[in-house]
Amino acid sequence: MSLLEIDSVTLKFGGVTAVNNLSMRVEEGQVFALVGPNGAGKSTVFNLISRFYTPVSGSIRFDGQDVLKMAPHEVPNLGIARTFQNIELFHQATVLQNLLVGRHRLRQTNMLAQMLHLPSVRAEERAHRHAVEEVIDFLDLQPYRNSRIAGLPYGVRKVVELGRALASKPRMLLLDEPASGLSVEETQNMRWWIDDIRRQMGITVLMVEHDMGLVSKVCDRVLALADGAKLAEGTPAEVQSHPKVIEAYLGTNAVSKGGKVA
Amino acid sequence: MKFHFKTDYDQDIRLFPDWWNFSLYAALLVLALALPLLIDPFFLGEATNVLIWAVAGLGLMLLTGQTGQVSLGHSAFMALGCYSCVLMMEANVPFVLAFLLAGVITGVVGALIAVPALKLHGVYLAIATLALAILADDIIVLLKEWTDGVNGKMSPPIDLFGYEISRWNNPVEWYYLVLTVVLMVTLFYRNLLRAPLGRAFAAVRDSEISAQAMGVNVAQTKTIAFGISCAITGLGGALMGLFAGAFNNETFNFLLSIQLLMMIVVGGLGFIHGAFLGAVVIAFLPQVLSMTTDLFGRGVAIPGLESGVFGVILILFILFEPMGLYGRWLKFRVFLELFPFARKDMFKRQKSYLKTERLR
Repeated sequence: MSLLEIDSVTLKFGGVTAVNNLSMRVEEGQVFALVGPNGAGKSTVFNLISRFYTPVSGSIRFDGQDVLKMAPHEVPNLGIARTFQNIELFHQATVLQNLLVGRHRLRQTNMLAQMLHLPSVRAEERAHRHAVEEVIDFLDLQPYRNSRIAGLPYGVRKVVELGRALASKPRMLLLDEPASGLSVEETQNMRWWIDDIRRQMGITVLMVEHDMGLVSKVCDRVLALADGAKLAEGTPAEVQSHPKVIEAYLGTNAVSKGGKVA
Repeated sequence: MKFHFKTDYDQDIRLFPDWWNFSLYAALLVLALALPLLIDPFFLGEATNVLIWAVAGLGLMLLTGQTGQVSLGHSAFMALGCYSCVLMMEANVPFVLAFLLAGVITGVVGALIAVPALKLHGVYLAIATLALAILADDIIVLLKEWTDGVNGKMSPPIDLFGYEISRWNNPVEWYYLVLTVVLMVTLFYRNLLRAPLGRAFAAVRDSEISAQAMGVNVAQTKTIAFGISCAITGLGGALMGLFAGAFNNETFNFLLSIQLLMMIVVGGLGFIHGAFLGAVVIAFLPQVLSMTTDLFGRGVAIPGLESGVFGVILILFILFEPMGLYGRWLKFRVFLELFPFARKDMFKRQKSYLKTERLR
């Protein structure tokens, strides 16, 4: 059984079919990429898994459990954490507080105990902090621990968002364009981190990414989408040379003239 | 500038980061405890009034400053807290129990009202809660069998474990009673902020969509915030009614909500200190105004002057200092600490135009 199983999912917004009869399988331990031109429905697939959208038909199962039966805030309890394309951090809070929100699903004390700050709350806070410090070490966020997000540069915010997702101890990480807007160096870092997330932490990664350089370096499997439907699936090299993919990116002329595009 | 050398996670969890900070607040507490010795009963009454406003303001601050939900209906919850407390006291429920129960009742009613109301966002929520405040006024009049309508009720004297505290005979005891409530509420507030629930509040305020993606139940968190906020405000309302000596529907009309909101904006949204600074402004402004009109107007009262000045102050703060008095103090402190390296833009808010709000 695959970790994530999406079966013939269709999503329509009025007359527009955003995702059209899509099926895919992500195996445990894989790094899986969704690629495709703008508006192909890549982020929409993420939002379907996060339950922000409900499909018209089809099923989504994670580790055998029906994701579509859950409310959006219950999805993280399955062990699915995600980042957003436009960075959705808590702007008025510090980096530390943002990462601690990542631990929200693992809290065990109730409201009354928290109001009275019972010893159990103190112990839990220490444990959360310890886990968050490990993430901070992993992502080299030490200099920014107590900075507010509102004053941080874009590249750092991107890393904090990755950290917040990691702090929730996920089994699968959904990364929506992890390298968009990053410098060459920052993209390199992101590449090593994704490698380490898979190897050291054993977390399955599903990502949307436009940077084919990054995709071909870190991913085992790539699925190309266009207009909400699957174009091709396979290793990065297979997908990149697939004629339909080239057509979707560059138009039909490119294929008919040379057959091969650099 | 101070540097904290941290060796323990508890240093970030404790209420006070270091000894210096602790001694400052300890000194403030000693000053508050010694206040009855330092000032005469009239000003002690004013100080009590400031603290009562601060309790009510802390309630709204939790909702608006921490969770980002605007409410213009909190005068209704002050009324509910006040009437339920007094009615229970008249039914011979001991004061401590009646007071705490009044908070619980207000909190539960607030949470129930929050379930439908919090589906609204921003200005729509403000208008819906404003309707609540206006309705409360009429409901008090309609329920005149219990509330005595427009004639109002006299506050019964407080019987604290067999010891009677009245507003006029025992101002010092009254002050200590209110101070105790303020300290408890502030401690609960601080405890919430350093716990998962407080962080969930901030998460809902800053980005509902990613709060959900982190496992925060947004509807539930907002409802809890509304409930706790109303409970605290209800306690403030009970104190206000008991302190006033007599109250009717006019005491808790919707202008009170606007004053509360103005108080937390002027004080500084999202800061506990802000509620206290705002309370000082709100409680002393009428006094200052009447002194000024006495001085210049030879005792001629100008109708609407108070609300007018309140409005102007609110507008000026929103335009020139959205972070309020406490924010201004923070800026000043940073300026001194970093002198001469403080930059003007250090506190400037960055606007983010790329929000994922369209998912809603």
